[in-house]
Amino acid sequence: MSIPSIDISSPVRAQRSVLRVNGLWVLLGLLAIMALLPMVASPYAIILMLPFMGYGIALLGFNLLFGTTGLLSFGHALFLGTGAYTAAVLTFKFGVLSFELLLITAALISGLISLAVGALCVRYTRIFFGMLTLAFGMLFHSFLYKFYNITGGDQGMRVLRPLLLGMEWRGGKTAFLTGPFYYYALALFALLSLAMWRITASPFGLHLRAIRENAGKAAYVGVQIFRMRLAAFVISAVYGGIGGVILAVTTGLADPELAYWTHSGNLVFMAVLGGSGTFAGPAIGALAFVLLQDFVMSITQYWRFVMGAVLVLLVVFMPQGLSGAAEFLVNRRKGGR
Amino acid sequence: MTELVDVVLGGTFHAAVLFLVAAGLQLVFGVQKIVNLACGSFYALGAYFGITAVGMALKLGMPAPLFFPVLTLAGLAIGLVGLPIERVLRTIYRRDESYQLLITFGFLLMFQYVFRFLWGATPRSMDNVYMAYGTTQIWGVRVPTYNLLVIAASLGIAVALGLLLERTRTGRIVRATAENRDMAEGLGVNASKIFALVFTVGCMLGTVGGALVVPSSAASLDMAVELVVEAFAVVVIGGLGSMRGALVGALIVGLMRAAAISLMPEMEMLSVYLVVVAALILKPAGLFGKATA
Repeated sequence: MSIPSIDISSPVRAQRSVLRVNGLWVLLGLLAIMALLPMVASPYAIILMLPFMGYGIALLGFNLLFGTTGLLSFGHALFLGTGAYTAAVLTFKFGVLSFELLLITAALISGLISLAVGALCVRYTRIFFGMLTLAFGMLFHSFLYKFYNITGGDQGMRVLRPLLLGMEWRGGKTAFLTGPFYYYALALFALLSLAMWRITASPFGLHLRAIRENAGKAAYVGVQIFRMRLAAFVISAVYGGIGGVILAVTTGLADPELAYWTHSGNLVFMAVLGGSGTFAGPAIGALAFVLLQDFVMSITQYWRFVMGAVLVLLVVFMPQGLSGAAEFLVNRRKGGR
Repeated sequence: MTELVDVVLGGTFHAAVLFLVAAGLQLVFGVQKIVNLACGSFYALGAYFGITAVGMALKLGMPAPLFFPVLTLAGLAIGLVGLPIERVLRTIYRRDESYQLLITFGFLLMFQYVFRFLWGATPRSMDNVYMAYGTTQIWGVRVPTYNLLVIAASLGIAVALGLLLERTRTGRIVRATAENRDMAEGLGVNASKIFALVFTVGCMLGTVGGALVVPSSAASLDMAVELVVEAFAVVVIGGLGSMRGALVGALIVGLMRAAAISLMPEMEMLSVYLVVVAALILKPAGLFGKATA
């Protein structure tokens, strides 16, 4: 088998694998804490957690592409937008209110779009891949923005409250979001985390890591680079679409900003903030980003300046992100490495 | 016929400005291997600063026709912000390019709010001097003479840049550093100095572009993020790292947009992205790019 040669070529990863095994538990632990959150936290804090779940799910997928396969997409907001607009069109125009149906349709449409986009994009790597995905993202954005009749232009489209598990939920919007929808999204997040964990731990995940480490070598030992990259792209898009549905239901609106390239930039920001080299890192980054943004917005109207400054400092001083820093502290306590 | 001339002139004007920003992007990518997302911020910075500089000069009693040189000088002067930014970038030259992209994205976010802090959220314009040079008649179409001046200036800068890179000693050193930094350093080139120089010149190209565009259209907070995508389009079409590519790419994007605006307004930006996607599929390295993938 070709597996040992890959491990030998990257001893750093092997040493890290102890913590990687913990990645899933870290994430599930976080979700367990969040399941208890409604007992203590205010409705405001609960609603703040919903974007985190949307972004968290999207980032699990994003990281399969970025962290595992080594492809940096700068247009991933395209799929958040796809999910959000799928939810808007289905609920608002066609009166389809079943949330499960929304999720499945969004996943399917994101998957189909990504199959076409990905087939063109994954032939390239590095900066070319980033620029091509950015171009496709903006293509979609300007479609949303300019074709007013279909998409509502810059006004966006309303997303109606869906039925969860076929049941209608009474009460105000806050009660719906903090109650049933919160737990539903949380369960979905947990489920998708497990699925992603299985994916990264599978031989398929190993192929992706081999491609990241050395595409030429991987091809030589029989990895089908194009297909594997495309599969990773599609899976990450499906996750993005599902995340987009959650975001759209939370705000009750799908607007073109969701697909704008700066939004894609924010996704990359979150991934690096949490640490893209680990399994749970990007989701933790999403949490940190949402909290940080909320905190900074509450103290200054120039919050983007602070976010930008944080990003610059992060890249210069802490490129491994929060999980990298945590790992460093843990390792040091374990016995000075 | 007049419509065609109108489109061509409008497109060329836009292309002239776009070329300056894209040339800055190309120069920095060619030498430092960094795709600078903040190039749009430099463009917006030049625009805002140009308005302030010309406004002050007019208050001091400058005759209106002198605003063109004042604007150019203002653009060059504010371009010096490239120096401190390069100091920060210096820390990540040898890192993965995703980090380099991200750090310039961070700068873009920060600049956005610097503009808002200094110049406010409402768009600022200075159309009062736009017509200071009157209009010129070309094939039955009246265009502001200023537009022609900008096209000429942009061409002049293109030629000067080409001469600088191809014919001078500094240009040779810059090209050598771009080719192989370590080897150039081994031969006694101070690469840090070259990097600082190149980044500052790249930044100046952006700020001058912004300063020159501002009499014809307002400076707004959105202009930075919007221009980044257009400059990206130019670079992708023309090929990363190629000056000639920037020139041709800017013309294609500028004319494409002008044509789309007059034929099908809703296709304005969509047409540009379609060209980009087509270019990447048919000629992945761009029209003048070296083969990379």
